[in-house]
Amino acid sequence: MDKEITIIVVVEHDQSGIKPVTYELLNAAKKLAGSGKIIALYFTDTEEADELALTHYGADEVRVCIHPDYHQYIHETYEAGLLSEIEKAQPDILLMPASNSGKELSAAIATRLEVALATDCIDLQLSEDGEVTIKRPVFAGKAYSLCKLSGPKPYLITLRPNIFRGEGADETRTGEIVKEKISLPDFLNPGLVREVGAELDVTEARIIVSGGLGMQGPENFKLLEDLAEVLGAAVAASRPVVDNGWQEYSHQVGQTGRTVSPDLYIACGISGAVQHLAGMSSSRCIVAINSDPNAAIFSVADYGIVGDALEIVPLLTQEFKRILEG
Amino acid sequence: MKIVVCIKQVLDTAAEIQIQDGKIVSPGSPLIMNPYDEFAVEEAVCIKAAFPESEVTVISLGPDSVKETLKRALAMGADRAIHISDPSFAELDHSIVAKILAKAIQKDSFDLVLCGRQAVDDDMAQTGPALAVLLEIPFVTVVTKIQFSENFETADITRQVEGGCETRKGMSLPFLVTCQKGLNEPRLPSLKGIMAAKKKEIQTLGATDLELDAQFLDPKNNLLHLVNLSLPPERKKGIILEGEDIAKQLATIIREEEKII
Repeated sequence: MDKEITIIVVVEHDQSGIKPVTYELLNAAKKLAGSGKIIALYFTDTEEADELALTHYGADEVRVCIHPDYHQYIHETYEAGLLSEIEKAQPDILLMPASNSGKELSAAIATRLEVALATDCIDLQLSEDGEVTIKRPVFAGKAYSLCKLSGPKPYLITLRPNIFRGEGADETRTGEIVKEKISLPDFLNPGLVREVGAELDVTEARIIVSGGLGMQGPENFKLLEDLAEVLGAAVAASRPVVDNGWQEYSHQVGQTGRTVSPDLYIACGISGAVQHLAGMSSSRCIVAINSDPNAAIFSVADYGIVGDALEIVPLLTQEFKRILEG
Repeated sequence: MKIVVCIKQVLDTAAEIQIQDGKIVSPGSPLIMNPYDEFAVEEAVCIKAAFPESEVTVISLGPDSVKETLKRALAMGADRAIHISDPSFAELDHSIVAKILAKAIQKDSFDLVLCGRQAVDDDMAQTGPALAVLLEIPFVTVVTKIQFSENFETADITRQVEGGCETRKGMSLPFLVTCQKGLNEPRLPSLKGIMAAKKKEIQTLGATDLELDAQFLDPKNNLLHLVNLSLPPERKKGIILEGEDIAKQLATIIREEEKII
């Protein structure tokens, strides 16, 4: 390549601080950047932002853009900030998480700049002559599509959470930190009421405990919640469970729900409809518990237990609790 | 209120897929309306029921088979349908498709544009926000509730975010919304609806009608180029755990072999 590559990573954060997916973006950026430059862009309303960790995970420069409107995410203010930073830094690649926010923001920016966008990528490669190739699931994971990006820069790429986890923080690593109060156009700032619980989102969870109709009723999801609590996991569900009103839609995993790639997916009383398998079969390790030995879920499971989930789940809770409490 | 609903025809989600000649195929599987677009059509029809001076137009881009999906939307209660079709559209990527849809929508006036939150085939979630930018109107994505004011000029819009939801108060029309499950329960077309749909018009617009020239429609302008499609890697054959202490076996494996906890 003629020149060193510049990659911008957009920091995703909420009240509890920087989201882990941001460090995954930095990790992916490090693999691509070589001796190029990684800039972490942090839009916030406070000068007291916790930006130091970003350098430990690979940012060469952290740009903290401060404005009162950044007290929470809305796409309009992020778009304005991003467009101005892109203009300044002229990056080759912009990385964002494939979260609900990252997806809408990247689509809006790509359209405004008329540049390429690839959503929810699970792999990315940069060739020696600067060509960017990405891999992304289509049909919720029933197939993978390999695509080449072209046209003017930057290329916008959103990454699926949990895929690009790296070695962790290197606290000896340093980077330049630039804090700047920026100006934003006046937006018709609509009142925004945000209700985010303490609950772990299924797309961000490292471990998922998921229930199907084999759980036999909404009251039995307590068993899954107990196991999830011990493991620090999120509770998910299959579509019939959600359609029966036993669980909220945001917990549904599958082709018409959330697609997930955790380290561990424990499927309890889930038969394994093709739509559900599509949404979870890229999990690293899959455990299936089902009383029907012929259930399709066993075809993707690394470990299977043939039996009634209502009996086995409490035993697992007890056992995991025992070994975790050492 | 003039409501435009963009819909896409997709392969049935129950379909098992194969890859043939670099394309995804599923012989014998039906084509359906993208499930998230059903929420958009239902919402439009519900708004019309509550605010009768409304007109619901459904728009879809694709081959002739798309007409069946448009008919379903008409049977659900949409008033008219526009089929955007041209042989030259087949090879175009999302960015150009959004531009074509925008041109079709701009041929008439509109107050509200509804889309699904993403199509369940290519899962890009790009068309909705891209359209809003091209139409120069505000947008809200992944929406689970639209609460209009009494005069139907503004709305409180709730969207899903990781771990919860957020509500934007008092958004003024025009705006675009992408619809998420939970917004409503899409109806099955009634017999009366199906009969009524037969009398409704499906207008076809081609490249010339939309004043799109050959250069605009050149697939060389695509920004995303498919290199190949593959099926997910086969998972290694699993182990069925048996015996008295299954829970203990599993917990040990997860900790010591898989090193997850």
